[in-house]
Amino acid sequence: MLFLFQISPAQSAPPFFASSTRFPPPAAALRPLHLAPFFAGASSKGSGVTAAASKLPITEVPELSSLLLFVRFPGGVCEGFDFGGGSDVGGGVGEWGVEGADLGLLWKDFCDPAAWIFRGRRIADSAGVWGLDGSDDFYEERGIIVLRLGEDRSLRRTFMAAKRKKEMTEEARSPEGRLSPFPDEVLEHVLAFVKSHKDRSAVSLVCKEWFNAERWSRIRVFIGNCYSVSPEILVRRFPNIRSVTLKGKPRFSDFNLVPANWGADIHAWLVTFASTYPFLEELRLKRMTITDESLDFLARSFPGFKALSLVSCDGFSTNGLASIASSCRNLAELDIQENGIEDLGGSWLSCFPEHFNSLEVLNFANLTTEVSFDALERLVARCKSLRVLKVNKNVTLEQLQKLLVRAPKLTELGTGSFSQELAPRLYAEVENAFSNCRDLHTLSGLWEVSSLYLPAIYPACVSLTFLNLSYAVLLSTDLAKLLPNCPLLRRLWVLDTVEDKGLEAVGSSCRLLEELRVFPADPFDQEIVLDEVGGVTESGFIAVSEGCHNLRYVLYFCRQMTNAAVATVVRNCPNFTHFRLCIMSPHQADYVTDDPMDEAFGSVVKTCTKLQRLAVSGLLTDKTFEYIGTYAKNLETLSVAFAGSSDRGMQYVLEGCPKLRKLEIRDCPFGNAALLAGLERYESMRSLWMSACRVTINACRLLAREMPRLNVEVIKEDESDDTNAEKVYVYRSVAGPRRDAPPFVLTL
Amino acid sequence: MEAKTAYDRELMDNLRATELRLGLPGTEEEERQKPACRGTKRPLPAEVDEEMRCRSPRSSTTCNGSSSSSDSTEEEEDCPEAAAPPAKAQVVGWPPVRTYRKNCLQARKATDQAEAPGLYVKVSMDGAPYLRKIGLNAFRGYKELREALEGMFKCFSIGFSVGEAQATSDYAITYEDKDGDWMLAGDVPWEMFTSSCRRLRIMKGTEARGFGSSS
Repeated sequence: MLFLFQISPAQSAPPFFASSTRFPPPAAALRPLHLAPFFAGASSKGSGVTAAASKLPITEVPELSSLLLFVRFPGGVCEGFDFGGGSDVGGGVGEWGVEGADLGLLWKDFCDPAAWIFRGRRIADSAGVWGLDGSDDFYEERGIIVLRLGEDRSLRRTFMAAKRKKEMTEEARSPEGRLSPFPDEVLEHVLAFVKSHKDRSAVSLVCKEWFNAERWSRIRVFIGNCYSVSPEILVRRFPNIRSVTLKGKPRFSDFNLVPANWGADIHAWLVTFASTYPFLEELRLKRMTITDESLDFLARSFPGFKALSLVSCDGFSTNGLASIASSCRNLAELDIQENGIEDLGGSWLSCFPEHFNSLEVLNFANLTTEVSFDALERLVARCKSLRVLKVNKNVTLEQLQKLLVRAPKLTELGTGSFSQELAPRLYAEVENAFSNCRDLHTLSGLWEVSSLYLPAIYPACVSLTFLNLSYAVLLSTDLAKLLPNCPLLRRLWVLDTVEDKGLEAVGSSCRLLEELRVFPADPFDQEIVLDEVGGVTESGFIAVSEGCHNLRYVLYFCRQMTNAAVATVVRNCPNFTHFRLCIMSPHQADYVTDDPMDEAFGSVVKTCTKLQRLAVSGLLTDKTFEYIGTYAKNLETLSVAFAGSSDRGMQYVLEGCPKLRKLEIRDCPFGNAALLAGLERYESMRSLWMSACRVTINACRLLAREMPRLNVEVIKEDESDDTNAEKVYVYRSVAGPRRDAPPFVLTL
Repeated sequence: MEAKTAYDRELMDNLRATELRLGLPGTEEEERQKPACRGTKRPLPAEVDEEMRCRSPRSSTTCNGSSSSSDSTEEEEDCPEAAAPPAKAQVVGWPPVRTYRKNCLQARKATDQAEAPGLYVKVSMDGAPYLRKIGLNAFRGYKELREALEGMFKCFSIGFSVGEAQATSDYAITYEDKDGDWMLAGDVPWEMFTSSCRRLRIMKGTEARGFGSSS
């Protein structure tokens, strides 16, 4: 039985291939890898090796001469293993597969092999064994991958031995002697079991052979920022991609902060893919621009195309959908969500050919015009594998019933409008149809739902894990009656019309709840109304936390909050990984004590050690950021608006949050000192957004000059030659400054 | 609420135009007096509202509802002077609700606010610093409604009374119906009123005179 990547603490002997001093153990994943070994019959177990990769991008650096992996043994000695030189090791790499690209590389100055120089800083002495300063951060910051081995690892090497080994491996690079005992094909086969992007990235860093095996065996790629890499670089490294996920515009474009025609157009990518990935099957885009022409090109260029998912995209109309429907013979997934789509009519749905039957996922919930129900019904009837169906508002209850009858095996359903006047017989039929949907785990839609008809869905709720009521105006009574029918609910999205009483019902009925999102029904209502009826307050928040101890994701829009309430909530639910609190009036203080909301977020970061994502609001001073920098050590995404008192605020975060990947800031008094404090940090992050702050264009120019691997862009919409940088977007890239920037985007 | 804008048809459709703010009745809105703010100064939090309104981006390709601020500043790139919507400045992109959801909310607001039974409507009164909300279904007829309103708003005005004879009373009760028109309360049967009323406004008698004269 063979186990790859298995170095577990319990094992006293290192893996068979590392028993000789010649071969170092291979790198493992950022978390224990779960792999099926390539010999069938063996069970896979997680490995005990964790690797903390550093956070620097790998770039196409011609002088890159070798890939170095450092292993730190218990006791603190850290040693380097040189897996072989060759300047093409790092060729064509960039930020892929990894959320935020946790890739690290160190390059060695061959003129002084005894000295490991990294960007002008010596990190080790020539004796080779260097002591640790006690923390991994030292190495992480400097682009070193640190492998932490189990306690009983006994093998140690000195630097000089590693150097010797390097000479040995150079000899060993003849066909007979190999670094790894497996031929490439075997390795590729094994690597096919490695699915997660993070694991794949770590695997690719072990050595050149693994790098190659990984790139040939990879079929899925995720690119978190479409401008961090170019299509050419992508296709050069990965020849066999079948599925591409791309994200484009900065997230604040969802809130109209990014002007139209900013960029992130998919077309250039599609053209490149058409020639190198003719077997492309899936394209998933978020916040990208895609035109009807591009959709048509896509439909015609990839005969095996199976899945198209467009979320928050713009630039296309229903005509583009018609091209997809008519030309993609093997389409299995068409998922159109929340896009800026020009809806020219519903005839696109009728473009699916009569014999077409491969659809498994169909989501057109956000299209506004009516599709031909006849065509829809026939489509649903002949697509026997349909498991996800989300229709738009124009589909009536009566029509929905007919669809459900034809597709009882649905696992995800988005209803149409739920308020038709129904004769009792018809209502009974609707109820019957829902009771036959026993496999449903996700339910959404419920536009214009009326309390009278809501009970029809109760029988379908038995196995629901995700209920999206965020477009349904429900009152607390409706919710209180509905929830006991959903005992397995893990994710719930509601409108704040359910009020605190509704949230009390959530707390008492949904014990397994992990995610709650409360959206505002009337977010722009700025009037001050006494006897305020509607909206949720801090007591609703507390009520949920008292009942739902598994809560780990919350998005909460409210008009009032207190520090004490937030402290209570996190005391009840210390496992938050995502905490997004939006107090809707900017600069609003604790309404009971009139204090800033600093202590609220302080309690969040102190208590919730696993916190990955945080959005703050309310009246906040630099103290909040000091708390964040001090305690939020796992924080990856931070959203800040109307907060802070000085540059120190932002500096605390940049200095204190080692895992920060995305920082988005608007309307804060952070200026040039704050921006430049992050000089060394931004390369380890995906992006930084700052708008309506106090940053000047000159500071941005300075940043761009000092950090050539960052793209520093300033969006400037008014023509006055102001020195103020209205909107700043900074991101790392291996593709250089972008060439498609519109006139209002200055690429510095 | 400033009387001069009260009868502007277009602005009436914008709920924000009828908003009341804390402050003495009749105080001019300070923001209007500010000079052109073309982004020459750095935005400080206090001034953010104004700045954001001036510098809102060009509209995205999504169709925006009528009351989103990015839409309302689309016509004028310069500072709000004459053509600008009055009332409290909406900050662009705040609260952070996605455009798609925002459009759904606005579309829905226009249609079903009064249709669901038991929903409350807002009541504003000229000169009062804040609004009230009442559930229309709690009353059986106009008389009860009037009495309730008198009780609520008495403190704001000496001698507030709404009599049957509209012409002689100091105040008149008007309401906005489903179509967005402002009507004098009392003309239609009570049930029709409760199903079509979206909000109430207690108007000074002098302004309401135009309502009662023709029928």
